[in-house]
Amino acid sequence: MSTATRSLPRALGAHAILLTYTAIALFPVILVVMNSFKSRAGIFGAPLTPPTPKTFDLIGYTTVFGQGDFFHYFQNSLVVTVASLFFVLLFGAMAAFALSEYRFRGNTMMGLYLALGIMIPIRLGTVAILQLMVATGLVNTLTALILVYTAQGLPLAIFILSEFMKQVSDDLKNAGRIDGLSEYTIFFRLVLPLVRPSMATVAVFTMIPIWNDLWFPLILAPSEQTKTVTLGAQLFLGQFVTNWNAILAALSLAILPVLILYVIFSRQLIRGITSGAVK
Amino acid sequence: MGSLKIENVKKAFGPVEVLKGIDLQVSDGEFVVFVGPSGCGKSTLLRVIAGLEDSTSGRVLIDGADVSVTPPAKRGIAMVFQTYALYPHLTVKNNMALGLKQAGTPAAEIERRIKIASAMLSLEPYLERRPAELSGGQRQRVAIGRAVVREPKLFLFDEPLSNLDAALRVNTRLEIAQLHRRLKATMIYVTHDQVEAMTLADKIVVLNAGRIEQIGSPMELYNSPANEFVAGFIGSPKMNFIDGARLGETAKTIGVRPEHLTVDTKSGAWKGTVVHAEHLGADTNLYLDCEKAGLITVRIFGVYNAEPGATLYTTPDAAKTYRFGADGKVLK
Ligand SMILES: Nc1ncnc2c1ncn2[C@@H]1O[C@H](COP(=O)(O)OP(=O)(O)O)[C@@H](O)[C@H]1O
Ligand SMILES: [Mg+2]
Repeated sequence: MSTATRSLPRALGAHAILLTYTAIALFPVILVVMNSFKSRAGIFGAPLTPPTPKTFDLIGYTTVFGQGDFFHYFQNSLVVTVASLFFVLLFGAMAAFALSEYRFRGNTMMGLYLALGIMIPIRLGTVAILQLMVATGLVNTLTALILVYTAQGLPLAIFILSEFMKQVSDDLKNAGRIDGLSEYTIFFRLVLPLVRPSMATVAVFTMIPIWNDLWFPLILAPSEQTKTVTLGAQLFLGQFVTNWNAILAALSLAILPVLILYVIFSRQLIRGITSGAVK
Repeated sequence: MGSLKIENVKKAFGPVEVLKGIDLQVSDGEFVVFVGPSGCGKSTLLRVIAGLEDSTSGRVLIDGADVSVTPPAKRGIAMVFQTYALYPHLTVKNNMALGLKQAGTPAAEIERRIKIASAMLSLEPYLERRPAELSGGQRQRVAIGRAVVREPKLFLFDEPLSNLDAALRVNTRLEIAQLHRRLKATMIYVTHDQVEAMTLADKIVVLNAGRIEQIGSPMELYNSPANEFVAGFIGSPKMNFIDGARLGETAKTIGVRPEHLTVDTKSGAWKGTVVHAEHLGADTNLYLDCEKAGLITVRIFGVYNAEPGATLYTTPDAAKTYRFGADGKVLK
């Protein structure tokens, strides 16, 4: 860092602003995690204080692990998120490649049609989706969720990825064609590695709404076998009594897998950014 | 082994016609340069020859066989791109080997060809490096090496020197010329730089707005350009064009190259004032504002001292003056 352009007060000011923002953003998360380790009295008596020896209590976690099949719910969430993510990235990248690489009739219209999905929320089609799932016998399967989430994630993925794919050098693809590579090899071996940072961006954007979704699990797959974590946590949310310890513990646990996935992808993101800058 | 024939090739992108009927014959072993201003369709024509782009109509024949429906890899061609287009994830060696592997060439044969090509292009020390670890000049040599190992009937170069700095450009140009002499292969080379065209070509094809303006050897184009466009494009500095009416001529335009004008301080055909002088050592370019002929460039060999504002007379060499009609064509 050069001293000429960076004065101390300025650096302090910038850090103060960023730290304040971080604190605001993290506050709810910290509150949830903190309170998940407290007794019921502790949660309601002093919600803003960290657990003390007096209020520390693992009752929330023992409830979560004792009641219901939380490990199974986790597995369901993970399967649904990872599978949807895989299909969104695969099909999104393939469609983006087709749209940006090949000239065919209706190319522009197809692009617009796919972009329309960004503007129209998929939940508007819930009734039709449910009818479709009933008709195909997919209600209460994870497949139903994976299909819906894949459809939900594709428009934005295609939109973002096709912009990036347009920037991949034509010469490189043509060199591959002259060397006799198939279009699939060109796509998987030459183009995909070059758009990896943008794939990571799309992965992060796609993953979080899927993991957090309550709507479709509730409607399409509410059975015990197919419950996801967010739906499972509803178990403790009663009409008359709510088991806050358990809910907070379940939510705290639910943060972990997304956090891990995020760390994986964000490393890609940062690598992409710096490699572009240094090259 | 390596002739090319193009018959009335047209190419349109939607409503925009980029190639408007190209006819061309290239015989075996020839070095042909396509030259023309940016956007005139040179790369498009090259991509049609390579099979990377389908022509809208017309035929492309390589060694007499119609290749209109043959995929690029089966046409017996190799291409070198302006941006090098090396595979970033492969080493130099594998970059060169990939096409051969795809074609099912035996490993020993691949090894042999890479050895020859890398010796030819002094690439031996870099064989295990990735493209990112090479300089621009080295990358372009790898790209040329990748073309050489394929032992193609036809080499296609698309502005291979444009991304190199001036000194490297001259060196690599020399290397390409030597390569052609050694391999005796047919080469088609695209450039917008007329100096590259003049120095490399057996035959130059001047393109403009999707049409061939003229085909000929460098000296034919220089000495007898068919029209105003070719006359203006070939030669540096550019030919002077003077409105025929101002000189009392019947021709629409009179053209005279800067090197075919002489200057004198006392007398001459056109009287003018020096606007600017460029001293290049080996020669001097004078820009004269002439009463009769307008702004004229004069190239004088060697050093010539002229201050801006000075009055000079200049006289064109009558035997080397070109006359163009209203349609731009040269008048005999
Ligand atoms: N894929 C394409 N789609 C639409 N227009 C194109 C395409 N490729 C080239 N063109 C147009 O064709 C013209 C000729 O391009 P090109 O052959 O690349 O020119 P050059 O190589 O002579 O500079 C340009 O006007 C360019 O805009
Ligand atoms: Mg070009």
